[in-house]
Amino acid sequence: MTATVPRLTASFDDAPLTLVRRRWRPGLLLLLLVAFVGLPWLGNDYWLNAILIPFLVLSLAGLGLNLLTGYTGQTSVGAAGFMAVGAFATYGLLLRVPGLPLPLALLGGGVIAGVVGLLFGIPSSRIKGFYLMVTTLASQFFLEWVFAKFPWFYNYASSGTISAPRLELFGHNLATPVGRYLLTLSCVVLLTWVAANLVRSQVGRNWMAIRDMDTAAAVIGIAVERDKRMAFAVSSFYLGIAGALWAFAYLGTASAGSFDINRSFQILFIIIIGGMGSIVGSFIGAAFISLVPILLSHAGQWLFNGNVDAGQLQNLQKVLFGALIIGFLIKEPEGLARLLGDLRERIRVWPLRF
Amino acid sequence: MHATFKRSLAAIGLALGAYATLVPAAQAANEQFFPLATYRVGAYASSGIPVWAGMIDYLRYINDVEGGINGVKLVWQECETEWTAEKGIECYERFKNGLNGAPVAIYAPNGAPAAYALADKAEADRIPLITLGYGRTEATDGRVFPYNFPAMLTFYSEASAFINYVAEREGGLDKLKGKKIATVYHDSAYGRETQGPLALLAQKYGFENIQIAVADPGNEQAGQWRQVRQLKPDWVFLRTWGVSTPVAIKTAARFGYPVERIVGDIWASSNEDVLPAGEAGKGYLALTPYPGGADFDIHQRIRQYILDTGKSDLKDPKSFGSVYYNSGLVNAAIAVEAIRTGQKKFGNRPLNGEEGRWGLEHLDLGDARLKEIGFLGLMQPLKLSCSDHEGGGAAKVQQWDGQQWKLITDWVQADRVTLRPLIDAKAAEYAKEKGVSARDCAAQ
Amino acid sequence: MNFFLETLVGGLLAGTLYSLVAIGFVLIYKASGVFNFAQGAMLLFAALTFVSLREQGFSFALALVLTVLVMIVGALLIERLVLRPLVNRSQITLFMATLGLSFIIEGLAQGLMGAQVRALDLGIEDVPLFVGEIMVSQFDLIAAGVSGLTVAVLALLFNKTRIGVALRAVADDTRAALSLGINLNRIWQIVWAVAGVVGLVAGLLWGARQGVQFSLSLVVLKALPVLIIGGFTSIGGAIVGGLIVGAAENLAEAYIGPLVGGGITPWFAYFLALIFLYIRPSGLFGDRIIERV
Repeated sequence: MTATVPRLTASFDDAPLTLVRRRWRPGLLLLLLVAFVGLPWLGNDYWLNAILIPFLVLSLAGLGLNLLTGYTGQTSVGAAGFMAVGAFATYGLLLRVPGLPLPLALLGGGVIAGVVGLLFGIPSSRIKGFYLMVTTLASQFFLEWVFAKFPWFYNYASSGTISAPRLELFGHNLATPVGRYLLTLSCVVLLTWVAANLVRSQVGRNWMAIRDMDTAAAVIGIAVERDKRMAFAVSSFYLGIAGALWAFAYLGTASAGSFDINRSFQILFIIIIGGMGSIVGSFIGAAFISLVPILLSHAGQWLFNGNVDAGQLQNLQKVLFGALIIGFLIKEPEGLARLLGDLRERIRVWPLRF
Repeated sequence: MHATFKRSLAAIGLALGAYATLVPAAQAANEQFFPLATYRVGAYASSGIPVWAGMIDYLRYINDVEGGINGVKLVWQECETEWTAEKGIECYERFKNGLNGAPVAIYAPNGAPAAYALADKAEADRIPLITLGYGRTEATDGRVFPYNFPAMLTFYSEASAFINYVAEREGGLDKLKGKKIATVYHDSAYGRETQGPLALLAQKYGFENIQIAVADPGNEQAGQWRQVRQLKPDWVFLRTWGVSTPVAIKTAARFGYPVERIVGDIWASSNEDVLPAGEAGKGYLALTPYPGGADFDIHQRIRQYILDTGKSDLKDPKSFGSVYYNSGLVNAAIAVEAIRTGQKKFGNRPLNGEEGRWGLEHLDLGDARLKEIGFLGLMQPLKLSCSDHEGGGAAKVQQWDGQQWKLITDWVQADRVTLRPLIDAKAAEYAKEKGVSARDCAAQ
Repeated sequence: MNFFLETLVGGLLAGTLYSLVAIGFVLIYKASGVFNFAQGAMLLFAALTFVSLREQGFSFALALVLTVLVMIVGALLIERLVLRPLVNRSQITLFMATLGLSFIIEGLAQGLMGAQVRALDLGIEDVPLFVGEIMVSQFDLIAAGVSGLTVAVLALLFNKTRIGVALRAVADDTRAALSLGINLNRIWQIVWAVAGVVGLVAGLLWGARQGVQFSLSLVVLKALPVLIIGGFTSIGGAIVGGLIVGAAENLAEAYIGPLVGGGITPWFAYFLALIFLYIRPSGLFGDRIIERV
């Protein structure tokens, strides 16, 4: 119930019309509290370094791709290329602009990635569906090649890798696991909030209209080409920041090879399994993709005590992944987000069925 | 939607928390942990599998036959990295605190991406990384890289050893003047690493240095070898890895370039690299710091105690004695001997990373000791120190006869003195970028 | 001039190997509207099966026959477990399903047959032949011959047999074909089996060139530009596309490569494909689908 101040001269016409009930969700607050305060305090190095940070970064990347593929319907397999742009751009900014604070460098990296995404999104005005996917594949190969070929991008390092410059914010050193975790978490929370609002706004609705039937969208007056390009730009912005975080907050170093076609497929799988067109889905998908291999490998160690060939376990995991993807596409194309949502509804009305 | 978000995340969090507390915490007394970050799947698996077999067989030999290192038993566990950086990091983070109380003394990242990614982490965690024949060449300068050991042979030394071998064949270093030496390299950081030293050596000795790039993955090289046919170099240095090697050899044969003039680098030098090339590979030369062959002393011992008793990790017995299998033996041996050296100072007990580093920096394997452990001829004399994390710097040249490798030289030494200024310059650059200061070796 | 001709001829011949891979895609796309990303994995699986059988001591012919049988069984399984449940879904969904399928096939291939590299000896010596001043590879010539033969056989299949005509009917208009009583499932099984066999041929030739190992499945990434240029629905287009890509790649590497330091091969084909996408999205020989608002 909205708390409206009672007015002496109430008038139907100028009373505010509230469509959405907004209230503070204590659950969300609690989760944020746990994430910001509880986990760093409890967590050990392994959890932070090897599980939580990659999960967060992959969620952000999934979110970025979801905006383009899930909400706007433009299938892209070039996600990793834009992540690379963000990573190398941020590195370049931090290296060449002395005294640039980290948040601005990240933002700059994201903006540059967004511009590049815009450039590669130009074909989307003429090409649709499957052919557009091939364009994004071309962009992936091209960007990967550029960052491997031209030494200017990695400051002529003989290893071809860029390494995290000193991460610090207002004098605090962020290079510790907790510091990097908090940096990643803040970025992800902030950008998720922006994305959630974006998809609920006019822009988001336009995107969904384009996804569902772009001809009809054009008919009702949506600027389809402009919105498609904007989707590419915004999505690449997110991917760029995810790439920078991947390189600096997680790996510590990155090269063009860290952002290859397999990474693009990984992010695509995140949104397929998690749920296309769903913000929550990106998180669930990322949790799945980053945790399952680790769980499988621990389970393998624990169950067989190292007696099973590690290679076979890996092959098994590959087969399992492929089967899961096909399974999801067959059974629940809207991914885990929908599955869990349905589960929640069932629990809510349990023991009744519907 | 938010409630679902909250609930699903809470569920995941609970599951993770429960899992974390369930991790067993049994204490293992008096054991030294050897983490094995392996790659058994993926594009490079065929090169990796024999390496792990070599390592595991040697560790098992030490345990079963010698009773561990001065009584300290070894324990190891594998973790699949798929030759990627992020899996390499995950494995490192999982293992760096040891296994059930058994500490980690030395860590082998086994893969260039992981090696680069872990360089800074290992420095922070004080665990020495050993990168045999790969990794950052500038880490040779141990003053700037205290925890990074590109032991035995770096890419720079490899390039120099190649040039010295060519000089041997041509009749002397002065005969190099005016000769054409082409390098066909995999267009990645790995391949480009030797450009620097070759340029320096070309300047010094007056040969023409031609560099030809092969794009990843390199399964189509007609353009490159057509170029080679046009240029007619006297020698070709093959700096490829993975599938690009057999394709290179076959394509060279197709374009009529004599394969006896092609010298492969150490990552293009194993049986797995030449077998797919079939007939075309006969006569191919390769540099190697761990020559192929199964009749070294250590092989007799391992054959007797491990292979014939069925305890070997090798699924394919044909790989016994392959170059990669031998590299695993050598890698494990260096780690074991380093720990032995450390135990002389710290006592016969499991060592931690800091102590492992001391052991590595004071490692001195001469011919006598090599003979004792059965590695004479298989491994070169190795002496590491605070300012020299590479040691050796020599390689042998072997030739493929269609069935196996035949050694055709003894140890060809690299000209480390000429190359050292390059390395020092790079190390200094790194120090400046990172803001670290070089340690004073005299104080060690 | 000689260098140019040699590069051109070499490129054209190399292109036929790309065409062979692309034909497998075209077959499946024509009949079921699916872009089969798993074609590369199928190639790898076929080559590995063949090599493993040969290692066990089977003769060349027997190993070949057995492998063909394996591919047919595989096609049946795929149609039953993947295609049938996903009928009527969007193109993108089906593509992603084949992506998952490629994972499964790769995992099985490595799991069952091991990861080590194997040499594949087809008995063809890769020696240079000289046509005048121009050097040509014998292997390439034979590979081109095999591709030509494959196309001829397929053309015969499509035009002269009942099954072939049914395939074309399904490709043209699925509903009309259904209304005539053509068994769609059977058609798909046949098409995937044929694609599997084509994949086997391509796998053998590529494997003979570079050894049978994991990266064999990466040839699929080379086939995409061929398909874009030639059109997804035309076998002739796959040939022409392959020739264009092969020639362009080699010429570019020889003439443009030195300007940027070499190594432009991986993406030049894509760059070319992009240009084609702009001027003629359906490819040179593909079906033109025109949408107007």
